[in-house]
Amino acid sequence: MKTLDDVKAWLKMYDGPAMRIMEVCGSHTGAVSKNGIPGMLSDKIRLLSGPGCPVCVTPSAYIDRLIELAMRPDTCVVTFGDLIRVPGSEKSLALAKGEGARVKMVYSPLDILPLAKKEPDRIWCFAAVGFETTTPVYAALMEELIREDIRNVRLLTALKTMPEVIDWLMRSGADVQGFIAPGHVSVVTGSDIWKPLAQKYSIPFGVAGFEGPELLAAIAGIVRNYGRGVVKNYYPRVVTPEGNRMAQEKVDRYFEKADVVWRGMGKIAGSGRVLKPEYSFFDAGSRGLDEDRKKNSACHCDEVLTGRITPRQCPLFGKACTPVNPQGACMVSTEGACLSWLAGGRE
Amino acid sequence: MAEKITMAHGSGGKSTDELIDTIFAKEFDNPVLDAMEDSAVVPVTGKIALTTDSFVVTPLKFRGGDIGRLCVCGTVNDLLMRGAVPAWLTCGFILEEGLDIGLLKELTASMAATAKEAGIRIAAGDTKVVEGHGGMYINTAGVGIFPEETSGVTAGICASGAREGDAILVSGTMGDHHAAILSERMEIETDIESDNAPLVDMVRNLLKSGLHIHTMRDVTRGGLATVLRELAKASGKTFTIRESAVPVNPKVKSFAGLLGLDPVYMGNEGKMAVILPESEAQEALQIIRKSRYGSGAAIIGRVTADKPGELLMETDIGGLRRLDVLQGEGLPRIC
Repeated sequence: MKTLDDVKAWLKMYDGPAMRIMEVCGSHTGAVSKNGIPGMLSDKIRLLSGPGCPVCVTPSAYIDRLIELAMRPDTCVVTFGDLIRVPGSEKSLALAKGEGARVKMVYSPLDILPLAKKEPDRIWCFAAVGFETTTPVYAALMEELIREDIRNVRLLTALKTMPEVIDWLMRSGADVQGFIAPGHVSVVTGSDIWKPLAQKYSIPFGVAGFEGPELLAAIAGIVRNYGRGVVKNYYPRVVTPEGNRMAQEKVDRYFEKADVVWRGMGKIAGSGRVLKPEYSFFDAGSRGLDEDRKKNSACHCDEVLTGRITPRQCPLFGKACTPVNPQGACMVSTEGACLSWLAGGRE
Repeated sequence: MAEKITMAHGSGGKSTDELIDTIFAKEFDNPVLDAMEDSAVVPVTGKIALTTDSFVVTPLKFRGGDIGRLCVCGTVNDLLMRGAVPAWLTCGFILEEGLDIGLLKELTASMAATAKEAGIRIAAGDTKVVEGHGGMYINTAGVGIFPEETSGVTAGICASGAREGDAILVSGTMGDHHAAILSERMEIETDIESDNAPLVDMVRNLLKSGLHIHTMRDVTRGGLATVLRELAKASGKTFTIRESAVPVNPKVKSFAGLLGLDPVYMGNEGKMAVILPESEAQEALQIIRKSRYGSGAAIIGRVTADKPGELLMETDIGGLRRLDVLQGEGLPRIC
């Protein structure tokens, strides 16, 4: 297949073994919807959304802890926008804000530095959620805090790592025959990180970019490699086999591997990172936030995140659960599977 | 006069008078306002169009515009979209303590200049001061009139007016204002300018042409997709647009890409969508392109009836994407 048209024709006409391919990353889910890709594939190829939206997999105990911190008179929680509407066990940060919680939205973790310098008597707590992509930025923040001796910033971490959750999904019997490996994560980790999983389960991984043609090329590559434990890099302009060593070293300097809880999935061994004990001064109580209660018991986010059902199969989808009144985290973030499916009209 | 706004400026006493005399009355100079009565009395015959809007943008000044220009454009364009000629404007200023008076002067002058450009007169105003950090908000009301000569054209223009066989046009590139504001707020250096502009000339030329316009709508908050989806729902028709035909400034495109935003969900403040019979689309396109602020106009899609209320987009790679109104807050991605 040489041209994009060849790839498109091949994907539409494909009549080999049926394949369910998971796009793990929330940005891929968005790009799939945005490009109208599901309708361009043969009925034999089905795309599933996975657990790759950081706010979607944050357990309720984390949100509850953030609210508790934000209600303290001397503390202000600083966060990315998506997180403030994620429901905790009872309410979201947005609701708590109406009750007096101090919450400030920013676009980058480093935005907390001028805030902390301007008001040194206040504790500024960053809601540090994210995957391998965002963790290096938190490491950079730690570096700055230590270099400038800023003592009034804390991190409440919910940092997750991808390979372990994919392993968990496969061990749990997920009906998936291929993975679109997350592009941004792979920039940091390198594409080789997927090799052990590909080999262990004999399934193809394709590292993909976020443009339509890049995604189509990756999907075609994954389909062609049905049943083979290979990793192919379809995003070579930014992803290398070994990844960004400098970012990895920085992360390892401040953070260590930990067993963490994923919303709807429970605790997964080694699937996250927390601040090392020697930096516990900067930690706002991130360890042991294991409780994970649903706000609405009919919410099926857990099954959506693990590809067992599509968002449209959840009984709340678009009815009791909407972007304005989300019952589960997947309907909150622009990277969440439910919101992406709803907004993109994906069937 | 003091450098900054204080609570005294909102007291109704001497400082308030000073503020009105040296800034508002001076900039907005016209006989109706100068009378300084409790309410303005203006001559009107026949139907009028009425609209109100509030402006809370931060920062107050941004590349390509400011809150003063913006509040006039927003109000004027809302009047124009019904085919009305903007005539009168009122403005309520809510100033925060600490607002720089020099800045207030500058913003008021910008407002006056934009009103002059749009041919709308400022007939009444009010000023209040609240505690805060030097910000300011403006609430406006606008009155538009319907001249006799265009009454036949304007009568049918409404949100539900689209018919099968119509063409969908936009008057220029999408997402400029949103991108300009966001880049200022995020302190990302770009040279993207807000497109805030009054579309008086464009609408006047369209109405004069005698073309059978079914719908006009300014593309503001929520962006093109939100606006067109609402119009598709209102008319019960299917709108199909082509991604490749939707004009987007390449700088806005790359800026949006960087933040994970989608230009079809990013707002403008000086662009409109026009729906009219396909047979008249080329003529309308030429009229818009020759009008002020319309050089980037394009025909982007058509109206059919197969899927009532839906907005579809043929994507660049040949997929079909169903577009809904903006969901969530259009915030940048975090990973």
